[in-house]
Amino acid sequence: MNAHSGDLLAAPPALIVPARRMPLGPGLPSRQGHLLGPGLLLLYWAVLSATGWLDPRTLPAPWTAITTGADLVREGRLQENLAVSAARAASGLLVGGVAGVLLAFLSGLSLLGGYVIDGIVQLKRGIPILAIIPFMVLWFGIGEPMKIAVIAVAAFFPIYIQTHSALRAIDLRFVELAETLGLSRWQFLRRIVIPGALPGFLLGLRFGATAAWLALVVVEQLNATSGIGYMVTLARNYAQTDVMLVGLAVYALLGFATDYAIRWFERRLLSWRRTLGR
Amino acid sequence: MSAAVRIRDLKRTFTLKGVLNGIDLDIAPGEFVALLGRSGSGKSTLLRALAGIDHEAEGTGEIALPPKSAVIFQDARLLPWLRVLDNILLGQPAAARARALQALEEVGLAGRENSWPHELSGGEQQRVALARALVRDPALLLADEPFGALDALTRIQMHDLLRRLSARHQPAVLLVTHDIDEALMLADRIVMLDDGRIAAEVQVAGRGDRTLLALQRKRLLAMLGVVEEPQRRGA
Repeated sequence: MNAHSGDLLAAPPALIVPARRMPLGPGLPSRQGHLLGPGLLLLYWAVLSATGWLDPRTLPAPWTAITTGADLVREGRLQENLAVSAARAASGLLVGGVAGVLLAFLSGLSLLGGYVIDGIVQLKRGIPILAIIPFMVLWFGIGEPMKIAVIAVAAFFPIYIQTHSALRAIDLRFVELAETLGLSRWQFLRRIVIPGALPGFLLGLRFGATAAWLALVVVEQLNATSGIGYMVTLARNYAQTDVMLVGLAVYALLGFATDYAIRWFERRLLSWRRTLGR
Repeated sequence: MSAAVRIRDLKRTFTLKGVLNGIDLDIAPGEFVALLGRSGSGKSTLLRALAGIDHEAEGTGEIALPPKSAVIFQDARLLPWLRVLDNILLGQPAAARARALQALEEVGLAGRENSWPHELSGGEQQRVALARALVRDPALLLADEPFGALDALTRIQMHDLLRRLSARHQPAVLLVTHDIDEALMLADRIVMLDDGRIAAEVQVAGRGDRTLLALQRKRLLAMLGVVEEPQRRGA
């Protein structure tokens, strides 16, 4: 509005007090907010069990799982099997992870490596992990090496794929910079390539760890004589639903704890990153 | 005086853009040369050829450069995962740390050595890039529109800074720009590039004299084919 023009005698337009706009965004998040869903589910389950609507032969009550878990710990069975399972998953993850990173660097940093390795990996990606188990049994037998090999293969793919795509996404401008600064190949690798690929590797590690636990569940039901999966299979034969339930809870906790641990490392290693939702 | 930079009959062709059609150019030690031209005139192509990063180009010709040169890009190009000091020291021996701190002080960022690049403003990031160039003690500084992405006020401060630092350290400078005023303010000599050739060279004179500067500005604009409308006042 132009203050110098117009009718000076006209009454000024009435002012209004603007109403606070209705916020359309979801509001401020709470740190514990994600516990609400699982909490409600647990409540629902507990109510059904307490009122007798849920047959304990179908699904035992939550407190049964806790007491059975405590019993298993007292007997030492849970720790023993857990240690075996964790060792299996960890060695598979280690083998798959090392292979994934090495091959990702080979195929990401050299053209020939890319043509050879990446093609094969993309081909293999289409085959579900369960489908290769018969061959794994054929090659590695039904003992421990087969189990670790299956877990390693399962963990390999996400780690390879994420590391490889992070390597390929390294900004060409940084490569130019390295050239003008006269960096050696090793300095280039250490200062630019590795830090640039690290976020992708860590993301792949999270997926890889989940894949390793999944593969563990499958291989431990094949001719295992120890491990959480063995414990669950045995319980199924004796219709001990409470022990089976403890096994499931342990798997859930393991997956969750692993993811949490990797994210913790991620936050420390990638502290230079400024991202939302941290 | 022997040349710091000598270029003879330099030709570059690209499949995509930018061509050089036989460039001859000498830059004396300590001389500040601005490379002026429209976009597509080949000025960035020339700078990239001198920086040795024009792998995608085919070409012939002769380039002789001093052993120590440094490049400043339009973006600061700091590695986001290295703190400011480590960015400056990138590729330098650890013993250069004291020099790096001194360079940081020279660009007016003393005490910011432990900041992350994203904690700095665009102008501050470009100062770090300048410090990264300085710490290499270059005999030739190549700058590819280094202030193009900065706001007008920051750009003025950066002009002063670059002028002071190049006066103190005396590197030969090749500044690529499309800003005539920037070229007039900073350079000893302005080289105009058009269609991959040197179209004109102008020795900048009388920096303190406003009428003389305005005259040179008008001449340069005319060479670029721009006729300025007389400014209308009031109305």
